[in-house]
Amino acid sequence: MPHDHHDHDHLSPSGHPYRQDNDAPLTYFQRMEIAVRELLIEKGHLTPAEIATQIDTMDARSPANGAAVVARAWTDPAFKARLMENAGDATREMGFDIGPLHLVAVENTADIHNMIVCTLCSCYPRNLLGLPPDWYKTRAYRSRAVREPRAVLREFGLELPETTRIRVHDSTADMRYIVLPARPPGTEDITEAALAKLVTRDSMIGTGLPLAPENT
Amino acid sequence: MTPKGNRVRVKAMYPPGHVRAPFYLRGKTGEVERILGRFRSPEQLAYGLPAPEKTLYRVRFTMAELWGDAAENPADTVDAEIYDHWLEEA
Amino acid sequence: MGGRSAGPIAMEGHDFALWEKRVDALMVLCGAKGLFTVDGLRRALEDMGEDAFETLSYYDRWIAATNQNLIEAGVYTLEELGQRMEEVARRGPTYGEAQE
Repeated sequence: MPHDHHDHDHLSPSGHPYRQDNDAPLTYFQRMEIAVRELLIEKGHLTPAEIATQIDTMDARSPANGAAVVARAWTDPAFKARLMENAGDATREMGFDIGPLHLVAVENTADIHNMIVCTLCSCYPRNLLGLPPDWYKTRAYRSRAVREPRAVLREFGLELPETTRIRVHDSTADMRYIVLPARPPGTEDITEAALAKLVTRDSMIGTGLPLAPENT
Repeated sequence: MTPKGNRVRVKAMYPPGHVRAPFYLRGKTGEVERILGRFRSPEQLAYGLPAPEKTLYRVRFTMAELWGDAAENPADTVDAEIYDHWLEEA
Repeated sequence: MGGRSAGPIAMEGHDFALWEKRVDALMVLCGAKGLFTVDGLRRALEDMGEDAFETLSYYDRWIAATNQNLIEAGVYTLEELGQRMEEVARRGPTYGEAQE
């Protein structure tokens, strides 16, 4: 039976519907991808192994990498100072291969909340956090985040007091951003590894907060 | 080079083609938050041309400056990266 | 599009399909090898116009931009691309069957 777009009975392990792939009618742009890939290989620019390795590398990147960085910053003041000074170097120091990424960390405090957007395209710290969520790439998020961040945050379930300054960061050029969320209260006796589990993807984009310890 | 803290305005020019200064910031005034360094200009890179290095600034704009009375909270801010040839002293 | 009015943000996500991961890999690897720059990709995406944003998927647009840059770089010709896409179509009706 052909894949039905409206059939959401079959959910993947992540709870998302599978998108049409190998079993659906071939699209024009899938044909283009196959043709471009084959031509690049035939002309000696790429090998199949390089492509497979790149896919594996990207699959291995996830918000867990960023969460480890955040947890380290929460527990090691010297590391946090290095992270705020040069987030790319501090992240590499932890062993993450983030390539040529220029990373800037922005810190949430009692009075300041940071959130990240790319209004021009879909810039995201993908070499650290993996590929961006679909909502990050939507016209709605990219249009509204710089004009009505508070309304956007409410859609994510986050209501911030008027006294909290919101700093929106538009990734317009060569930098990529990660939010260093504030360490949740009541976590003084928790290990670095357990702290990392509190750090959600959205808390590092600024559209969420870390989990409270009792919620893990 | 414009030091941190100086007031700068994004030039209100509208050439066709690929630029990284967003439309909504053109003609708006902000404050240099930090200097990021020298980066090759995307306006040449985008067309496969030799690209000169430009100083890249992070400029902070208030919501009041960007949206006037329509701002949700006038003291909230937007930071964006802007190349020096798009900035003038304000 | 920064600052324009728009409706609610669609929160549902999806797992990336193999062909989408391949587009992503081609884009990254060709960039790393100096065949084009990310700026060249962005320029090609913008030149597709507003309509493309509404009617094509994210990775539809990214493979189109990758191809545009490779054509401009002289990596292959439009004729080679056109012939190969026809050949791919003849192999079978699905993505899986159209692989060599």
